[in-house]
Amino acid sequence: MASTEIARQAGEGVRGVPLAGHVGFDSMPDQLVNKSVNRGFCFNILCVGETGLGKSTLMDTLFNTKFEGEPTQHNQPGVTLKSYTYELQESNVRLKLTVVNTVGFGDQINKEDSYKSIVEFIDAQFEAYLQEELKIKRTLHSYHDTRIHACLYFIAPTGHSLKSLDLVTMKKLDSKVNIIPIIAKSDAISKSELAKFKIKITSELVSNGVQIYQFPTDDESVAEINSTMNSHLPFAVVGSTEEVKIGNKMVKARQYPWGTVQVENENHCDFVKLREMLIRVNMEDLREQTHTRHYELYRRCKLEEMGFKDTDPDSKPFSLQETYEAKRNEFMGELQKKEEEMRQMFVQRVKEKEAELKEAEKELHEKFDRLKKLHQDEKKKLEEKKKSLDDEVNIFKQKKTAAELLLNQAQQAGGSTTLKRDKERKNFF
Amino acid sequence: MSESAKPHHPSPQGKGEKTHGGDFSYVGIDAILEQMRRKAMKQGFELNLMVVGQSGLGKSTLMNTLFKSKVSRNKSVQSDPEERIPKTVEIKSISHDVEEKGVRMKLTVIDTPGFGDQINNENCWQPIMKFINDQYEVYLQEEININRKKRIPDSRVHCCIYFIPPTGHCLRPLDVEFMSRLSKVVNIVPVIAKADTLTLEERGSFKQTIREELRANGIDVYPQKEFDEDAEDRMINDKIREMIPFAVVGSDQEYQVNGKRILGRKTKWGTIEVENVAHCEFAYLRDLLIRTHMQNIKDITGSIHYETYRVRRLNESNAHLISQPSDHPAGSLLQ
Repeated sequence: MASTEIARQAGEGVRGVPLAGHVGFDSMPDQLVNKSVNRGFCFNILCVGETGLGKSTLMDTLFNTKFEGEPTQHNQPGVTLKSYTYELQESNVRLKLTVVNTVGFGDQINKEDSYKSIVEFIDAQFEAYLQEELKIKRTLHSYHDTRIHACLYFIAPTGHSLKSLDLVTMKKLDSKVNIIPIIAKSDAISKSELAKFKIKITSELVSNGVQIYQFPTDDESVAEINSTMNSHLPFAVVGSTEEVKIGNKMVKARQYPWGTVQVENENHCDFVKLREMLIRVNMEDLREQTHTRHYELYRRCKLEEMGFKDTDPDSKPFSLQETYEAKRNEFMGELQKKEEEMRQMFVQRVKEKEAELKEAEKELHEKFDRLKKLHQDEKKKLEEKKKSLDDEVNIFKQKKTAAELLLNQAQQAGGSTTLKRDKERKNFF
Repeated sequence: MSESAKPHHPSPQGKGEKTHGGDFSYVGIDAILEQMRRKAMKQGFELNLMVVGQSGLGKSTLMNTLFKSKVSRNKSVQSDPEERIPKTVEIKSISHDVEEKGVRMKLTVIDTPGFGDQINNENCWQPIMKFINDQYEVYLQEEININRKKRIPDSRVHCCIYFIPPTGHCLRPLDVEFMSRLSKVVNIVPVIAKADTLTLEERGSFKQTIREELRANGIDVYPQKEFDEDAEDRMINDKIREMIPFAVVGSDQEYQVNGKRILGRKTKWGTIEVENVAHCEFAYLRDLLIRTHMQNIKDITGSIHYETYRVRRLNESNAHLISQPSDHPAGSLLQ
C-alpha cells in the first residue's frame, strides 16, 4: 500500500526515500489530533421538516440530552429558522453543536416560498465565512464556524411517496448542503410497507436528480460499512427520550398497548444506523464536504457574480485587489456619469422654466401698456368733452350777461312798472 | 464512557451542558478524533525545512542524520574536493517522500549554498528573504483564486535552522543581522554546529553568551514567548528555551559501540554518539522538530507569519491602487 503510493508520487518528480531507522514523525497525526482537541470542534445540523414530525425529539435522542424549546404551534405565517448552540463534552472532546430548526415549514396554505428562507439562511452562513476569509486582518483559526454541515430532511411517514414540497425543497438544497433524508415517526409504518416506501423514495430522488449525501467509500477502513449504509438510505427512525424498563434494563422506547418500540434496537428502527453514520463515522467527512464542495461552489459563484475573474485575456492572473479596485473605479465612473446627466437635466429644466417666466413677463408688460394706452385715450376723450362743455358754458354765460344787459336797459325804461309789480307782489304776501 | 457532569439547567439563551449517567448514554462524539486521524493519514503531511549557514558547517550531514536517509543535495563520490563556492547565495530545494508506519510525509529540504561565504557578505540574506516571501506569495495567490484547488500545496518554509559556527566566543554580526531580520518572517531554530569541538564548559558559556545576545538584540527564536497558548505550553517551552541553541553533531556513519550499532563520529580519542544526550543535543533537536512540535511549528507559520505577510501585502496593494487613479487622467490627457 505504502510503496505503491510512493511510486505514484515518484512519477510526479519527487522521489521516495527509504528510512534507515525510526525518525519519529509518525507522531504527526497525534500532534494534529491534540491540537484539534485543544481547539474544540463545532458541528451544525439543520433539521428540515413539517411541524410535528419529531425533529426536536430526535435531536434529543441522538445527543442524549434535553435541548431547549417547547413544541411549536401550527399557525406560523412563514418559515423561520431558529438556531440553538450547545456545548457538549465527552471524555476530552469538546463539541460546539448548533441545531437549527425550521419553524412553520409546511404549515402554510401557499407553500411556494417555504424553501426560500432556508436557502437564505444557508447562504448567509456561507457569506459570513466568506467575509471573514476575505478580511485583511482575520482570525480564521478561532472563528466560530456556523456553516451547516448536515441537513436532516424529515419525510412524513405516509407510506406512499414523497410530497412535492419535499422534492422541491430537496432539489433546491442539494447543491448547498449535505442532505440526509430520514423517514420520521417510522413506527407508523409496517416493515413491508417500509421497504416499498424506501424504494419509492430513492427512485423518486434519482429520477428528479436530487443529490443526497453519499457516505464516502474511498477509505478502506470505513468503505464497507459506508456502502452498506448507503443502501439503507433513507433511514427510518423513531425518537424517544422516555425510558422504559425492558427485561432489567432501562432503554429508550415508546410504549404502546400492543408493544414497545425500542429506539436502539436495530430490528425496530434505523436509529442506531443514523447515529453511527452521522456522528461516529462520518462527522469529519461531513465537515470536509461542506468546506471543500459546497462552500467553494458558493464562493466561486459569489465572486464571479461580483465580476472577478481569475485570469485576463493575456492569461496573467489578476489579483483580487486589482479587480476590486478596477470595479470600484468603474462604479465611481458610472456614478459620476449619472451625476452629470442629472445635473444637465436640471440645468435644462431651469432654462425652460426661465424662458417660460420671461414669456409671461413680456405678456404682462404688453397688457400693461395696452391698458395704459386705453386709459390715456379715455382721458383725452374726457378732456375734450370737458373742453367742449366749458366752451358751451362760456357761451351760455356770455349770452346770459348779454341778456341781463338787455333786461337792465328795459328795466330802466319802464322802471316804475317793475316797482308796481314789486308792490303787488309784496301785497300778495 | 460517560459524559462529564455539570449540574446546571439550560439558560434561556439556549446553551446547556447536560448529561446522563449510565453506559448506554455514550453518544460517540469522541469518534471524531479517530476520523480526523484517518483523514490525516490519508492526506499525508508536508514539511519544508530550510538550512542556513556557512559552507562546511555540516548542514547536509545534519539533515541526513535527522531523517536517517540521504535527503540533502547529492554529494557524489566523484565530486571535486573543492566544490565551487557560488558567487551569490543560491537556493536549492529538494523534495522527498518519506513514509513511516503508514504516515506519509513530503519533506522538502531547502539549502542555501553561498551564504556567508563571500568576502563581502552584505545583503546575503536578501535572496533568502525573497525566497521565503515568494513562497508566501504563491500560497496567497492560490488562496485568492476563484477556482482553487481542494488542498493548496504548502511550500511555505516552516522552519529555518540556522547554523552557528562553534567559535566559542559570541555571535558574529552576520549572525545577529540575519537572525534579527528573519525571525520576523519565519521560525528560526539556531544550532551550534560541529559541537564536538567544544568542551562541556565551553559549550555552556557559549550558549549563555548567545542567549544573552539574542535577548539584547530582541531576536525571538522558536519557540516564541508570545505564542505560548497556556501555562502548560509555557512550562514546556521554557524548558526548551533554556536549552537553545542546541549543540549538535551530525553523522551518517554507523559504528559499533557496546555491541550496538549507532550513528557517531569516530576519532582517535573516542567515539561521539550522536543520539546520546550526554554527548550532544541532537536528540533534543530531533524531538523538538519532529516528534513534539512539528504541528505547532506549522501552525505558527500558517496562522501568524503567513497572516502577517498577507496583511502587509493586501495593504500595500491597496495603497498602490489608491494612488493609481491620480495618474490616469493626466495620462489620458496626454493621449
